[in-house]
Formats: sequence, C-alpha cells, structure tokens
Amino acid sequence: MNENQGSGTVIRASDLRMHYGQKRVLDGLDLTIGAEEVVAVLGPNGAGKSTLIEILEGFRARSGGEVAVLGEDPAHGGEAWRARLGVVLQNSGDHGKWRPRELLAHIARFYRPYVEPRDPDELLELVGLSAQAGQRIQTLSGGQRRRLDVALGIVGRPQVLFLDEPTTGFDPRARREFHELIHLLTDLEGTTIVLTTHDLAEAEKLADRIVVLAGGGIIADGSPHALTLAASATAEVRWKQDGQAHVHATEDATGFVRRLLASAQDAGGDGGAGEITDLEIQRATLEDAYLSIVERFEAGEPVAAAELREELRGQTAAETDMRQTDEGQEAVR
Amino acid sequence: MSAEPRVNPILNAYGAGLRRGLVSTRIQLTTPGDVLGTVVPIALFVVVLVFLRRLDFDGAVVDVGVMSFPGLIAMSVLFSAVLGIAGVLAMDRTNGALLRAKSVPGGTTGYLVGEIVANALVTIASVIVLLAAGLLLFDGLVFGTPGRWLVFALVLLIGLVATLAIGAVVGAVINSPKNMGLVMLPVMGLISVSGIFYPLVALPVWLQWIAQVFPLYWFGLGMRASLLPDAMAAVEVGGSWRLGWVFAMLLVWAVAGMAAAPRLLSRMARRESGSAVAARRQSIQQAWGV
Repeated sequence: MNENQGSGTVIRASDLRMHYGQKRVLDGLDLTIGAEEVVAVLGPNGAGKSTLIEILEGFRARSGGEVAVLGEDPAHGGEAWRARLGVVLQNSGDHGKWRPRELLAHIARFYRPYVEPRDPDELLELVGLSAQAGQRIQTLSGGQRRRLDVALGIVGRPQVLFLDEPTTGFDPRARREFHELIHLLTDLEGTTIVLTTHDLAEAEKLADRIVVLAGGGIIADGSPHALTLAASATAEVRWKQDGQAHVHATEDATGFVRRLLASAQDAGGDGGAGEITDLEIQRATLEDAYLSIVERFEAGEPVAAAELREELRGQTAAETDMRQTDEGQEAVR
Repeated sequence: MSAEPRVNPILNAYGAGLRRGLVSTRIQLTTPGDVLGTVVPIALFVVVLVFLRRLDFDGAVVDVGVMSFPGLIAMSVLFSAVLGIAGVLAMDRTNGALLRAKSVPGGTTGYLVGEIVANALVTIASVIVLLAAGLLLFDGLVFGTPGRWLVFALVLLIGLVATLAIGAVVGAVINSPKNMGLVMLPVMGLISVSGIFYPLVALPVWLQWIAQVFPLYWFGLGMRASLLPDAMAAVEVGGSWRLGWVFAMLLVWAVAGMAAAPRLLSRMARRESGSAVAARRQSIQQAWGV
C-alpha cells in the first residue's frame, strides 16, 4: 500500500475535473505535492480553491480525473486513511458549549485504533490555550477558537494537514500568532501542509510553494520568490539628487545603480554637488506578481501563463531541488 | 506503525459516541436555556391539565386532566425526540459539528451514537420528572403494580426508539434550521388527532384510521394502559387497551425508522462539506438577518 508513496509524493492529481452543471470549476488540473511541503493555494474567488481542497479531503466527489492522497483515492478512502489526514475547518462555530480540553480528548479518542493521539494537555500548551482549557468554547476569541481548530486538526498526528482559509476575519495580532503556530507545526515534524488563502502576505510567510488557481487549472506554481521574479523582472530605483526626487524603472537594477553612482561621481567629484542620497531599490512584491499573473490570465494570454508556468517550474526545481520528478515511475506504469 | 494490538475501530467509535452522549447530556441538563426549553412547555401543559381536573366526561370515572396526563407523557417524548434529534442535526450541519465529526475516523458514527444517547437520556430524565409530578398532582392515576411499571417501561422504551428513529429520518431530510417550522406543523396536526387530549372515539372514523397509522396514538394508548384505571379502557377504540396492537405498531415504526435512518443519515453525512456548511450558514444569515 505504501509502495506508491515511495517517492515521497503525498498528493497527486491528474486531469482533475469538477463540473457543476455547465460550469467547469476545475478543468484538467494537474498537481503533485511531495512530503513535508507547505503549499499555499491562491486564486480569485470562485477559482475552485475550496473545491480542490474538499476533493482532496474526500468531502466532495469529483467529476473526472485521477486523484491520490497518501496513495489512496479520496473518494473511496476508508477510516484508516481518514486517520492520516488532518482537517482544519473553515469558520467553525461548533461545540460552543463544550470545553476545549473535553472536545480535544473526545476527538483524540477516535484516532486510538490507528495511532497514539497527541496528549490533549500538551497540545493545548502548544497552541497556547492551557489557561482556557476549562472554559466554554463559545467564550473564546476568534483567534483562540482557530488555534483550537488547529489543535483538533493535528491531535491524530496527521501526515497531511488541510487548512481552508484559516485566518479569514483575523485581526493582525491573531494572524501573527496563528502564523507562528503554523511555523511551529512545520518545524515539529514532517507534516505536509496544504492551505488556501486570500492573503498573499500569509502565503509568502507560511508556504514554501505557491500554486495559483484560475480558469479551472493551475496558472502559476513556484516558490514565492520565483513567482515574484518571474511575474515582474522590473524594479523601481528611487533616489535624490540635488534635492530632487527621481524614479526609474529598470530590469537591471544593479547595472543601473552602478552607472548612476559612477556618473554622479564623475560629474560632481568631491564637491557635494550632484551627490546621490536616499537610494532605494524596490522589487515587485508577491502581491504585484500575483495580480499581474491573474490579470494576464484573465486578459486571455494563456500562452504567456503557460510559459510562465514552465519557467517557474524550472526555477523552483533549480532553487530548492526538493521535488523529485516522477517520470520514471510513470513510465513503469 | 507497530505490531501493538490496537482498539477495534467500530467498538472505539461506539465507545467514543457513548462518551459524547454523556458529555452532551451533562451540557443539556446544566445549561439553563436548554433546561427551560424542555421544562417550560411541559410545565404549562401540566398546569392546564390541573385546571381541567374538574371537567368530568359523562360516564367517565376520572376527570379530564387525569385522562390526558398519560398522553402528555407520550407527546413530550415525541416532541423531545423528534424535534430534539432533528433540531440538533439541523443545527450541527449549520455550525460545522457534523463536518468535524466526518473529518475524524469513525467520527460520524460516534457523533450519531452520542447525540441519540444524549437525546434518549435527556428525554428519559424529563419523563421521570413529569411522571413524578403527575403522580403527586393527580389522585386518579394508578401506578402501584409491577405489571404497570413493566408496561410503562416497555412502551416508553419502544416508543422512544421509534420516535428517535423518526427524528433522525426527519433530521436527515430537512437540511436547515430554517425548515424546522415545516416539521412542527405536521407534528402539531398529529397531536391533535392522536387522542392525547380527548378520546379517539370522539373523532370521525376516517380520522381515527389516520391516527392509528401513526405511532403517537399507540404510544399514548400504552401510557394510558399503564397509568389509568382499567375501567377507563371503556372510552378507547374497541373498549380495550389493545396492548398487543400497541407493541406491534410501535415495533413496526421502530424497525422501519431504524432501517431508514442509517441510510438517510449516511447520505446526509456524505454530502457534508465545508462549502455546504458555509452556504447553509449564509442562507440562514440572509433569512434571519443575523
């Protein structure tokens, strides 16, 4: 049973299709996620992020294509398979009258036939809810509530953890605390994490790989850094000269600055006139990159998107050298 | 992971479910809102019955209040079980509790076992309170012999199983708390034709037949057989308690409900997903403006 994952592939979807009537939400999506990756799925509203996650979680039947999560088809995953998955629900409001410790112990018990669940008290400590262990869940703040959701999601020591828009409606401090918790999880042990989010800063902070979903497929896939670089190579250079502010956009910021400084030195010498101050180089942010990718896609430039995708794949492989190619395996099949 | 023998998954899910039932029972019995929701309607009915004591029917040995009290027990079980289970299922599909259960191995089974156990325990507790209050308030009740206790306990048990199963079916079919009103209406109609507050023989014959198809009439009849003087059987259909029919009809409903409920519940659970929960919640927010 575990032979399939020998390569470290945790999730594999090929030609995944999901139709609601005439509407094609996912249309031939291909995705491979390896062990211990932290992947953020981004995309405009209605791009099918939640649909994709729900298919992977086994909560939704797909219209077509092949999917394997931990070597099994989620549509037919049994309880033993379910036990290896962790799900952090979106916007939960359940069990309000229960107490965190009580609910955690209750949920933990279901995993006993499959694995030794985590100790509820240690888990509460980990997510910073020891002080709230005995108070009613409905009295927790939104951030505390979500940290409890994470604790519930990992109590069974999952190999894959799914989080669907985990920080929607958070204030900045709750968001920061939540991010620290997720970092803790990725450090603790080899759990593969797949999350969906609207928040680019969040994706950049948490994920080592970003997958952009649009038009029923993946239009970009790579590390946050590679994505940013590929979407926009231009950088803005800002400086002051003789009290006047200048801005210049360039693809070769280093070369431009070198020439700029050299010319300033030639012109002014040591006298102070023409001296460059407040020099600043600003690269495109991930947000710029994301928006430009989606805009280009929506403007009907599929070729550019496809090229970008290839480009990114190459870059990511070179950069991290983490994902293995599975071509050999596929040939054997 | 290792060769260490692990717990049987099915037994474990049922065990976790029982535990859930106990926690949920404790919560329902210690939350003031929940307790009031159960106690107030029943208390109102009891008060009404106390005032009805003086109105004697022609030829009846006891007064109307005493006559109606056993049916009130059956009615409160029906309310508690059908509306209780259906309400909990509708609620937990909206707040995500059922989805959480589904995301856990054996969780759906554990959830359903737990909620049914909790509902049964809370219902039994309220029946005991109601019975105690009735025996104190009404002199005409007869509950002194083990034979009557046995009939009472058996009718309560089978009636409870039947009504819980019906509640589960109803809960699986309606998909939002918004639609609970649709359940209330037929339940009220059923109560009014099931001989709870006046003898069935007072109704037109075709209504009598309809009432006798449903379990509530038989549940009430069984309760009356265990709590009223035997002479009171005179005002029943056929002038008898018809205990054989009581058990047969309640069993038929219990078996039919138990056969249908698991299938409908698993169909319901299968359709559960995060976006389904979100859509349901949104439609409630739009309807109730919360």
